Amino acid sequence: MTLSRETLINLILIVLLAAVPFVALGIGQPFYITLATRIAILALAAVGLNLVLGLGGLVSFGHAAFFGIGGYVAGILAAHASSGEALMFGLAGSDQMPVIWLVTLIVCGIVGLAIGAVSLRTSGVYFIMITLAFSQMIYYFAVSWPAYGGEDGLSILVRNRFPGVNSMKPISYFLICLGMLIAGLGLFSLIRASRFGAALQAARQNAVRVAAVGISPYPIRLAAFTLSGMITGVAGALYADLNRFASPSMISWHMSGELIVLIVLGGTGRLFGPVAGAMLYVVFEFALGGLTERWQFFLGLILLAVVLFARGGLLGLLAGKARHG
Amino acid sequence: MAETVLEIENLVKNFGALRATDGVSLDLRQGEIHALIGPNGAGKSTLIHQICGTLKPDQGNIRFSGQDITALGVAERARLGLGRTFQVSSIAPEFSALRNVMLAVQAKQGTSFRFFTPVMRDRSLTEPAMAMLERVGLAARADIPAAELSHGERRQLEIAIALALESRAFLLDEPMAGMGPEGSKALTGFLDGLRHEAPILLVEHDMDAVFALADRISVLVYGKIITTGTVDEIRRDPAVRSAYLGDHA
Amino acid sequence: MTIALAIEQLLNGLQLGVMLFLMAAGLTLIFGVMGLINLAHGSLYMVGAFACATIAAWTGSFWLGLVASLAAAAAAGAIIELTVIRRLYDRDHLDQVLATFALILIFSEGTRWIFGSFPLYLDIPPLLQGAVALPGGAEYPLYRLAIIAVGAAVAIGLYLLISKTRLGMRIRAGESDREMIGALGVDIRTLYTIVFALGSALAGFAGAMVGALQSVQVGMGEPVLILAFVVIVIGGIGSIKGALIGAILVGVVDTLGRFLLPQILAILLPPAQAGLMGGALASMLIYIVMAVILAVKPRGLFTAHG
Repeated sequence: MTLSRETLINLILIVLLAAVPFVALGIGQPFYITLATRIAILALAAVGLNLVLGLGGLVSFGHAAFFGIGGYVAGILAAHASSGEALMFGLAGSDQMPVIWLVTLIVCGIVGLAIGAVSLRTSGVYFIMITLAFSQMIYYFAVSWPAYGGEDGLSILVRNRFPGVNSMKPISYFLICLGMLIAGLGLFSLIRASRFGAALQAARQNAVRVAAVGISPYPIRLAAFTLSGMITGVAGALYADLNRFASPSMISWHMSGELIVLIVLGGTGRLFGPVAGAMLYVVFEFALGGLTERWQFFLGLILLAVVLFARGGLLGLLAGKARHG
Repeated sequence: MAETVLEIENLVKNFGALRATDGVSLDLRQGEIHALIGPNGAGKSTLIHQICGTLKPDQGNIRFSGQDITALGVAERARLGLGRTFQVSSIAPEFSALRNVMLAVQAKQGTSFRFFTPVMRDRSLTEPAMAMLERVGLAARADIPAAELSHGERRQLEIAIALALESRAFLLDEPMAGMGPEGSKALTGFLDGLRHEAPILLVEHDMDAVFALADRISVLVYGKIITTGTVDEIRRDPAVRSAYLGDHA
Repeated sequence: MTIALAIEQLLNGLQLGVMLFLMAAGLTLIFGVMGLINLAHGSLYMVGAFACATIAAWTGSFWLGLVASLAAAAAAGAIIELTVIRRLYDRDHLDQVLATFALILIFSEGTRWIFGSFPLYLDIPPLLQGAVALPGGAEYPLYRLAIIAVGAAVAIGLYLLISKTRLGMRIRAGESDREMIGALGVDIRTLYTIVFALGSALAGFAGAMVGALQSVQVGMGEPVLILAFVVIVIGGIGSIKGALIGAILVGVVDTLGRFLLPQILAILLPPAQAGLMGGALASMLIYIVMAVILAVKPRGLFTAHG
């Protein structure tokens, strides 16, 4: 079997991302490790969103809610672990990443189910606005609930721990995040090829047809939305641990917008779209940010140009039109 | 008399002041092709929508295989075995012909919540789907994205999908529309054999096909069925001739 | 005392509702006629506020500033319609969201570039300073009452414009059938530019008036934009009447919720906790209302078409 061009490009991207921190170590520029870690985490968040946006064609403008919830789960559990205070129902906090991720999955699963259940009753523009509104609701809740920092956010004094690894070492933490990204990509690719993925993608292309063969699109979409929020939530927990800070800005609607931008920059619905997009975005941010304080102005111009003239994103440019088996 | 599969009783649907379906009763029996004809605007589409579940009737009820399905949604009716094709072809355009049929096979198996097995390597999906494509003569085009199929090929694909659902009754909405003479002839032959698997409610404008295929014909005019009968009875019926065949007679 | 306070809160809610209506009317009109979702509508609100503050500071006249806000927002709207927005009408919602998101980045950063990061301040014009006595003994700022009056006037004006004028007839035709309006010989491209500029002017006008109550700064339009989204989702996208009723509902529920919830909770909880819980719950209240309305009517209270 020969590698398709897209698979080859995907391999190059992941090797490139994995290599950057080691090169950075070699040349004594550890800052680039943080940059690469940021790419891996944002890519994972976007992989989650890509499930509903790319496969399901559902433009969720509220995925920052999950990203933020993940961040706050990490922050809140860590705070309780260090203070020794019980959380609720007598449960203790934790500074173990696997525990934090598990709690994130559960919380984001419940929130995703609730938001999805209401939002998916609608479609199109309604869906966009409602997902935005719900994430805004969670944002205001985080801002106005002072127990965990309110507007100031919540610091994580010591990065949470991962069994057998010194997570404080930047390169180790990068590898944890890279591992999670690869796991996320693997899950996405399995789902895309599965029966569930087939129904989800068919519902994007033609919901009437899907119903006519006897599959109700609603439960399929609801499951996809929930899963998608769970993945993005874990990325949020990683992000809070990277910055050692969970802030309301993780839930802001700019964050939701950025996640969509990542996917579209990379290539909507493609396995590695989020990875390519996150690399482009973080590199833009870094390079433009080094040149001018007003980098967001130019980012806006570039984004506008991509939307108007270069549909298909980076992978569309490199690997040609997406194909479905 | 053969067993009744689909039974429509006194169906009424109003759109504001317009009564689009006016007390329609209709049945479909095992082994037959029952054609529904009528001039444009007679309310055929509205009736089809109510039978397949996209519109809810204001009055009356629909029974399918002995079960009242009036309150069920589209997907539920499909799961019970009511297969349909659309007036305008309705397929998943980015998927290949094969994957379109595989989706129907998957739906029939009721297994859309499987997350980890790749469908393309799942022979319980690919083999039956391929068999259906062969039956409708589309096997050579299995890997072509549905959007790139010709009009006639999409019609064939829709029928393959309906077959894959192992439907207990088919609801075919103008299957001949847009087909060339060759295609119509082939499809007529195919439907002729299909009736023995499951009865067909056929909505069709192509009168040659209707007269060649139908066991019974119902004529819908202004939302009412004015008569139901065999091909010969309908040909002879003066009311039908004036209301519907007037310009041909 | 309590009654006076309640009336005051109710008026505050009405004033917020009126502002939201100015935003939501433009959004819903643009969606109804062109099928476009415009995230950059909040930027036009900001443009109006900055134009008003700048011209008012220059000339010393709030009224000239208000005129400038209308002109600047309409002009900015027309320019982005001609250069960017009209390329998006045939695109899917994802492209519209992205392109207008990009416009927000450009507008926000561009404004920061020109005006710097410090907020501007806009004074209430002398004519409208002071307060009016309310029944029950309290006083209410005249300026806020004026905003409510202006909002009501705009609502009536929009109603007359759409139901009585030739332009309104074309807008209604555009909402129901885009092909037909082309067949009528109306120049759709010009109509679209006019509708977009009109919606932009309403947003800019709202920004200018609110600018005198708050500070004028980059990003001021975004919270309002999101509330306006909630308004039109509740009211039914494309419906001006829905926008009016949704806006008043959101304005009043939000304001009264912030006022009443802590007090209600204080009956059950210790005061400090009640304040916290009440505040947090109040900030979520309108979204909960929205969810409940959508659970019952997924397409909003007043569906414009379909």
